[in-house]
Amino acid sequence: MPEIKNYTLNFGPQHPAAHGVLRLVLEMDGEVIERADPHIGLLHRATEKLAESKPYNQSIGYMDRLDYVSMMCNEHGYVLAIEKLLQLEVPIRGQYIRVMFDEITRILNHLMWIGTHALDVGAMTMFLYAFREREDLMDMYEAVSGARMHAGYYRPGGVARDLPDRMPLYEISKWRSKKDADRLNANRQSSLIDFIDDFCKRFPTYIDEYETLLTDNRIWKQRTVGIGVVSPERAYQLGFTGPMLRGSGIEWDLRKKQPYEVYAEMDFDIPVGTNGDSYDRYLVRIEEMRQSNRIIRQCVDWLRANPGLVLSDNHKVTPPRREEMKADMEGLIHHFKLFTEGYTLPAGEVYTAIEHPKGEFGVYLISDGSNKPYRLKIRAPGFAHLSSMNEMAKGHMLADVVAIIGTQDIVFGEIDR
Amino acid sequence: MSESLQLHADALQKHFGDKIQNLILEYAEITIDIAPAALIEVSTALRDTADFAYQQLIDLCGVDYSQLGQSEWQTDKASHSGFSRAVEPGSMGHLTFGDELEAVATGMSRFASVMHLISYTHNRRLRIRVFAENDDFPMIPSVTEVWSSADWYERESFDLFGILYSNHPDLRRILTDYGFIGHPFRKDFPLIGHVEMRYDPEQKRVIYEPVSIEPRVLVPRVIREDHRYLKNDPQEAAK
Repeated sequence: MPEIKNYTLNFGPQHPAAHGVLRLVLEMDGEVIERADPHIGLLHRATEKLAESKPYNQSIGYMDRLDYVSMMCNEHGYVLAIEKLLQLEVPIRGQYIRVMFDEITRILNHLMWIGTHALDVGAMTMFLYAFREREDLMDMYEAVSGARMHAGYYRPGGVARDLPDRMPLYEISKWRSKKDADRLNANRQSSLIDFIDDFCKRFPTYIDEYETLLTDNRIWKQRTVGIGVVSPERAYQLGFTGPMLRGSGIEWDLRKKQPYEVYAEMDFDIPVGTNGDSYDRYLVRIEEMRQSNRIIRQCVDWLRANPGLVLSDNHKVTPPRREEMKADMEGLIHHFKLFTEGYTLPAGEVYTAIEHPKGEFGVYLISDGSNKPYRLKIRAPGFAHLSSMNEMAKGHMLADVVAIIGTQDIVFGEIDR
Repeated sequence: MSESLQLHADALQKHFGDKIQNLILEYAEITIDIAPAALIEVSTALRDTADFAYQQLIDLCGVDYSQLGQSEWQTDKASHSGFSRAVEPGSMGHLTFGDELEAVATGMSRFASVMHLISYTHNRRLRIRVFAENDDFPMIPSVTEVWSSADWYERESFDLFGILYSNHPDLRRILTDYGFIGHPFRKDFPLIGHVEMRYDPEQKRVIYEPVSIEPRVLVPRVIREDHRYLKNDPQEAAK
């Protein structure tokens, strides 16, 4: 029998299952992982340093590009830190819109996760199903902000503008027949809020479809049950948050435990796993999508009944209305100051955290009283999750590494920052 | 909320006594400053004492305090001809290759390692700041023994700020490129960087050369003595 030696395997950074630019150096004993050493930083753009050189509002766009599959949630964490230092009140309607879009974003993120996770372990259909619904959600982003992904919609003091009364319609073109355009436009005939309401009615049946494909699927279970098991004690130690922590059986959700915005008014449940394996984390995220749908419906009902301001009228921080700027001296000065120098924050250090779809997204902001952050630290949930790769993958087979990357819901925009 | 925070701050003060160099309760958040020598003892106690039970290290990052409170535009005193017009280049945005930022005596240590803890039992957060005693050779004990998640966070802080964590199991660079020189998040590191990379068709390989771009800052850094903020602070308002 020939002697078998350990060898080192390089996985990525160009591997399709590496979810971007992960380079894994794997020490293998046959097909079993002895040690996994992730090399990250290939997408490092020094977002935090760039933010130090710009007035506060100009960095909102960078936040979208952190975790580029849950854009608005990143913005939310950032504007909350500014609001905390300014002690700025957000109008109640603005808070409801933020909660609604946070949950739309959560579904958006989880659909991306389930599509790619399932694709990685071999279930091609899931990817197509998930991207079908993502299209509708990105249309909501587009209707409200003009951009399908990098919205830049949240502002310190509220959101950039109110929900539009009209949805953009698909046009007939060389690539889209009248029949296709009519089918797509059927539920886009009235306002955005009607479209969201319609989506919420449809979405539970879509989740049922995903579950039909996966929950009792023999191959799916073989690939995820008992893979990457993390005990609750280790989950604390490794810095796990969000679905990764809940999958290990710890009932913790910042939306319930340290509620921000109007989450205290919302009626929803926290799903919790029991075994701490990839399958439990799958079940947790699926249930989170159902709960998000519930929250969106509550927001839709409230937003229909209660018109009002969506952005604070403290014009030291938020731009004045266009008419005011043209007719009123004070409005003109506010506009000029805000778009040249920006606003200054009181000196101090704050940390704000939100329940991001991937876990706890924290922003640690140090202000020295100037118009730019002195130091901005972004606490990305994926960073802590990926750092546990060695521990989670040890003793598993090579193919399971892919399943573990999938279950950790890795996105490199936020890990490398 | 604020009452229970005050109680918690008092409990920390009572339990650790002199080991807490400074305790700040601001914006409903508690910050404690700990000397590097006492860090491991305090961290272990914070994790294991039932009254504190900080199970998780949620975040750890480096901070360079050397330019704190420096602005590029004097705005507090107006002369008879108005405010000063000149913008003094005082930030890393203005630096070019080979420039050095003037050291400012701020009276505090330059580098700090800032930790954010969370207690799931008591639903509380705590921030620990550890200032490195030597500015030229910043050294802080590693807390990887207490919280495993510190591993990568300390590597990141080492990479970006050059803070050394003693007893860290594997202190390598993590975010910057292989073979990178310098610590990019220090305030004296120019925003445009030192080197740029391109493919050289003659040598048929990727080469590094000094940056060719010019630094550009559109908005200077300004600190305004804003009276709206002084109202929140009774001490300042009384002045």
